[in-house]
Amino acid sequence: MESFFRTAQTVPLNHYILLSAIIFAIGVMGVLIRRNAIVIFMSIELMLNSVNLLLTAFSVYRGDATGQVFVFFIMALAAAEVAVGLAIIVMIYRNTNSIDINVLNRLKW
Amino acid sequence: MDKYIWLIPLLPLAGFLINGVGRNAFSKGVIGFIGSLVILLSFGLSVAAFLQVKSSGPINVTVFDWFSVNAFKVQFSFLVDQLSALMLLIITGVGFLIHLYSVGYMHHDEGFGKFFSYLNLFVFFMLLLVLGSNYLIMFIGWEGVGLCSYLLIGFWYTNPDYADAAKKAFIMNRIGDLGFIIGLFLLIAYFGSITFSDIFPKAIHMSPGEVPFTLITILLFVGAVGKSAQIPLFTWLPDAMAGPTPVSALIHAATMVTAGVYMVARSNALFSMAPITMNIVAVIGLATAVLAALIALSQTDIKKVLAYSTVSQLGYMFLGLGVGAYTGAFFHVLTHAFFKALLFLGAGSVIHAMSNEQDMRMMGGLKDKLKTTYWTMLMGTIAISGIPPFAGFFSKDEILAAAFQHSTTMWVIGVITAMLTSFYMFRMLYLTFYGKFRGTSEQEHHLHESPQTITIPLIILAVLSVIGGFINIPEVLGGHHWLADFLAPVFAPSASILEHKEATASTEYLLMLASVAGALLALGYAYIKYVKNNHVPVADSEERPGPVSLSYHKFYVDEIYDWLIRKPLDALSVFFYKIVDLLAIDGIVNGLGKLSVKSSKGLRLLQSGNVGFYIFMMVAGIIAILIFSLVKI
Repeated sequence: MESFFRTAQTVPLNHYILLSAIIFAIGVMGVLIRRNAIVIFMSIELMLNSVNLLLTAFSVYRGDATGQVFVFFIMALAAAEVAVGLAIIVMIYRNTNSIDINVLNRLKW
Repeated sequence: MDKYIWLIPLLPLAGFLINGVGRNAFSKGVIGFIGSLVILLSFGLSVAAFLQVKSSGPINVTVFDWFSVNAFKVQFSFLVDQLSALMLLIITGVGFLIHLYSVGYMHHDEGFGKFFSYLNLFVFFMLLLVLGSNYLIMFIGWEGVGLCSYLLIGFWYTNPDYADAAKKAFIMNRIGDLGFIIGLFLLIAYFGSITFSDIFPKAIHMSPGEVPFTLITILLFVGAVGKSAQIPLFTWLPDAMAGPTPVSALIHAATMVTAGVYMVARSNALFSMAPITMNIVAVIGLATAVLAALIALSQTDIKKVLAYSTVSQLGYMFLGLGVGAYTGAFFHVLTHAFFKALLFLGAGSVIHAMSNEQDMRMMGGLKDKLKTTYWTMLMGTIAISGIPPFAGFFSKDEILAAAFQHSTTMWVIGVITAMLTSFYMFRMLYLTFYGKFRGTSEQEHHLHESPQTITIPLIILAVLSVIGGFINIPEVLGGHHWLADFLAPVFAPSASILEHKEATASTEYLLMLASVAGALLALGYAYIKYVKNNHVPVADSEERPGPVSLSYHKFYVDEIYDWLIRKPLDALSVFFYKIVDLLAIDGIVNGLGKLSVKSSKGLRLLQSGNVGFYIFMMVAGIIAILIFSLVKI
């Protein structure tokens, strides 16, 4: 275990933080800009995964397993969320025959 | 007798309630009987009270404890001393005669019951005014008679001019009452009490600087100016002639307008401590007397002549008060009540005979057709002109003698005013009763002497006008000055302070001679002008020479008040309405509503239904929270 940690720590922590931030930013951009509902969901998954990566990195660099346990929780949560979200998208498609979010504007004043 | 004093005001109050509630139910005979009976009973009780006061001094009766605040205690109690006893006799006596007169005069009026109930209410308040043993009870009566004056002047309220006259009287009264109330507050502040028996003995022993006597007495005098129609608050009285003639006789001749004189006479202790105020009182009284006399010279409505004459005689009374002749002024109140009530009732008889015509230019030659009215009015006119041995001579002479002691100029102006009085009163008599009849044949047809219920009061008052002066004959004429001795205890506080200048007998004779000669001269001139030369005043539309026109238009006082007071007040009112109320206040209130609507309209647009926009806002919000939490810490 020790050697693994030492090997893993040859990559400086900053790299992981930067990578995670970039992936998170890409995810946010995807959520804001894309019109396809499924692509938005994929971007949300991206964001979740970037956080997972960061948590794991910190866990390795601190030698504390709490981070990785947290990652497990986040993965389970993501799975549940995707299940419900995709079910909603399928219902929307069945009713309006489209998954373009600009079409879904019935809740206006 | 002590136990029955409270009946004196209570009986008229009962009359008011009975006649007021039953005004449509009872017959006119019953209403008239009840209304007059209660006053007659009060008169009887007043006579008993007077006799008791004459023999054993003032009566003090406490009816109930009213209220007390800390150390300030007010009791509802009556004080019958020499001054109030005489006032009681006048109010109930002359009041009874006028009630009797009204039975005949108002017989054809639908509001007969209402009229008698108002009259009784007025007598109740007036009695309260004179019976009160402290300023608060006097003030209840003060306000009450103002109210009844409004009700009675505007009795024929369907005519908007009459209703306006009633409002004018009430409002001018209230302006005076403001001064009166502030004076009362100052009295409470400085003396801790408003009971006469507490204040007056204390007052005369104080040094002038301790209490602001001048301010307090000026404020009390402002109240008297409003109530007794002095300059500048006199214009309501001529307009008050809009009321029925018995009202003019009772309220605006014999009783209400003398309330101011009574109040000042009662407060003589306070006034003697403020010589400046006494000067002001005398000057205003004299000025009012002259101004009103000048206006009366050219009036053509018989009631207006009498109204201005009342204002003028009230001026005389205040002149008397101002120069310290308290007995003389009060004596004039008594004699004036007799002959002025007589003159008004007589005028009412004439108006009644002339089918409600009041313009003297339409009258003339009535002395053969209305014999009793003519002879009684002749008595009244001689009395008011101050010709001996009728009542007016003695009272007016006493005031003029005191004025002479005070200032010769005042005496000269007073004598000139007496001459003017004699002139315009005899002018009125001659225009009405002498010469040829100038009215329409319709009116001539209806001319008849009034029924007995009208002529009997006239006769009684005429007798009183003739002999009334004998209660206070001065020593120089061999009399005993009964009234002065009788009233001495009431005016003792001021007598101890004011210096009393006695005139020599020869001076007094000269003064009397001068005023009588002046009155006779004026009488002669009026006779020449109106009987010999048959002069009749010109129609309203015609031109008059300068001074006459000034007098005829009442010196434009009403117009001056309009321009000076009413217009600025109206402008202020319009300003407050248009700008403060409509623009500012409504603007703010409505503006708040409009603001809510506008902002909600704007915020509503956020609900665009665009999911992408919602997500964007979520992200923006999270970033904002992050920055906020980082930057803050």
